[in-house]
Amino acid sequence: MSNLTKKFKDMTDTQLLLTITIVVFFLMYIGAIVFQGKGFLKPQTFFNILNANAALIILSCGMSVVMITGGIDISVGGVTALVSMCAAVYLDFKGGNVAVSMLIAIGIGLAYGIVQGLLVAYLDIQPFIVSLAGMFFARGMTTIVNTNPFNVQNESFQALKNARIIVPGMGSVNKKGVYVNAYVEIGVIVAIVIVILMFCLLKWTKLGRNFYAVGGNKQSALMLGINVKRTKFMSHLICSLLAGIGGYVYFLHVGSGAATHAQGAEMNAIASSIIGGTMLTGGVGNIIGTFFGVLSLSTIQNIVSSAGLDQAWWTGITIAAMLCIFLVIQSVVMARKKRAVKK
Amino acid sequence: MNQAANKKKPIVLSKIYKNQIFIPLAAMFILLLFNLIADPGFFKISMGLNSAGNPVLSGYLMTVLDNGSELAILAIGMTLVTAASGGQDISVGAAIAIAGSTLLRVLCGTNTRPDTLRTPIFVAFLISMLVAMAFGAFNGALVAIFKIQPMVATLILYTAGRSIAAWINNNELPIISDPKFAYYGGFIPGIPIPTPFFIAAAMVVLITLILKFTNLGLYTQAVGINESSSRLNGLNPVFIKWLTFVILGACVAVAALIKVSRLSSINYSVIAKDIEMDAILAVALGGNALSGGKFNMAASVIGAFVIQMLTTTLFKFKVPSDALPAYKAVVVILLVVFSAPVVREKLGKLTKHFGIQRKEAV
Repeated sequence: MSNLTKKFKDMTDTQLLLTITIVVFFLMYIGAIVFQGKGFLKPQTFFNILNANAALIILSCGMSVVMITGGIDISVGGVTALVSMCAAVYLDFKGGNVAVSMLIAIGIGLAYGIVQGLLVAYLDIQPFIVSLAGMFFARGMTTIVNTNPFNVQNESFQALKNARIIVPGMGSVNKKGVYVNAYVEIGVIVAIVIVILMFCLLKWTKLGRNFYAVGGNKQSALMLGINVKRTKFMSHLICSLLAGIGGYVYFLHVGSGAATHAQGAEMNAIASSIIGGTMLTGGVGNIIGTFFGVLSLSTIQNIVSSAGLDQAWWTGITIAAMLCIFLVIQSVVMARKKRAVKK
Repeated sequence: MNQAANKKKPIVLSKIYKNQIFIPLAAMFILLLFNLIADPGFFKISMGLNSAGNPVLSGYLMTVLDNGSELAILAIGMTLVTAASGGQDISVGAAIAIAGSTLLRVLCGTNTRPDTLRTPIFVAFLISMLVAMAFGAFNGALVAIFKIQPMVATLILYTAGRSIAAWINNNELPIISDPKFAYYGGFIPGIPIPTPFFIAAAMVVLITLILKFTNLGLYTQAVGINESSSRLNGLNPVFIKWLTFVILGACVAVAALIKVSRLSSINYSVIAKDIEMDAILAVALGGNALSGGKFNMAASVIGAFVIQMLTTTLFKFKVPSDALPAYKAVVVILLVVFSAPVVREKLGKLTKHFGIQRKEAV
């Protein structure tokens, strides 16, 4: 036991919170299997969770970077809606091709990143205010671009949307006795690539290290010769760029443009990051944790809906409750650890 | 930049910097001027009969007074929260949905189309106020005790609030047919001025008296400026922060009464949508630092009416309501950019530079 407490004390903040997240995720999934029956045992159930949340994984990665640097960005949901709508309008009304629509998505993300990054880093405005305005701007712009929601008919886009990547060895036999292959959508591949890229960026590059340094203590980072402003700028740039890419992945999943798309996605992204062990105060966080955060969040959503509590309000309430619990856990764990270190 | 402008600029700027209330007044002046040039019809006020057959004043300015009232009420609470905690509550819209839903639930019970109200309106209002204050206390506890950034802490209620509101009434939309209930958001027979304005005025008087005769204002500012030194001086920062959120909860309940009374019904996903943005904007336009500390209540209240004037002006020029946030976002960004310390410093240097030039010229 004393060995365990010693290990607990020796853990860095990042490791500690990451462990909590992964344990919670596995407990939750096992609980789902036990209480909700066999549905959760099928690999495809898990892959469906991935399919539906590929965009959220990408958004959360960006959010984690900003939060590690000590900021926050609540415009990602709005950017997702804006990207979906712009790409949809371009593909259907302007008869454009898919590659250019992707460029549009990335362009919107970059533009957002540059403006918000400049305002936050170089003009020292609170990131929350900037991104709140950004969120409202994006939502408003979405309706200005096109008011009514519509489904995209573009053929090459449909082909891309319906592309399925088969996961070998994970299929299952359905009720008719036919073997069905397990599959994921293209978005999942993009999301996994981005998770790996962001993990490497945060772990092994100078920029990634700077994010942690600036988030941990701005003053010391400055004294170490880190360009604090540029680091902050880069964090917002990466976040918005990922919001653009995530927006396109979302668009690929739903295949339509609407002003109400991704409502509350910023909240889910923040919640995932927090559940994944990213501290709001900055300096602590991990992309792997964020990944598991998204999985925990979407698993609980699945549990809620398969438990028959299908009304829309339960999802909102459970996510909020979960976020609340994790925030309090963070706050308590950190306070206890600080006391333990002092002793 | 021409010569005349250079000469005038330092004087005007220094005046603005000296008195906070000039900022919202200047914004109001610009808006009024814009309306005067674009279309003087904005200022027309006419006497007409409303659907109930009572003589009422109508016109764009009356709309501003009418709809700006709940915003002004929210701005009062938001100013206190901003001053004490250095952050803003973004859940006020969702909290209005909760308070409104509670109000209807108490009035109607399970019957969604009641002929008679189950309880007096005043009792129902008090219960909804208690509920709103409880949610305010929840936000306040997260912020004050668990030290979570206000905006993130209130993000919880922001997501869950409308769901909770729908849940309170089993997702049904009660409609109240009693005409007395519509007085609070409409007109009392015989009085041509909208009732919400009187309610807002009463709230302003109340908060003025509270600020004058208690230490609330002083303490919130002290906590906002420096939390640890206020603690060393014997204040209890945790309690004061928590208290401001509870007060905001009370303001939310009053705003909810007006909002629900306007429709005599409720729509959970639409009621008070985006009002948190307007309330924060009102505080910012009032020249209060969004990072906490000193505040000026009158400036916030005027700021709220200026925001409503902006909304009404945009509506007048046929901007669809869904696109409204985009325009307001631009205003917010301009506002925060110009009030950012870095920009202010640069502007200050610029005016100083011109001042020196002028002296040299003399």
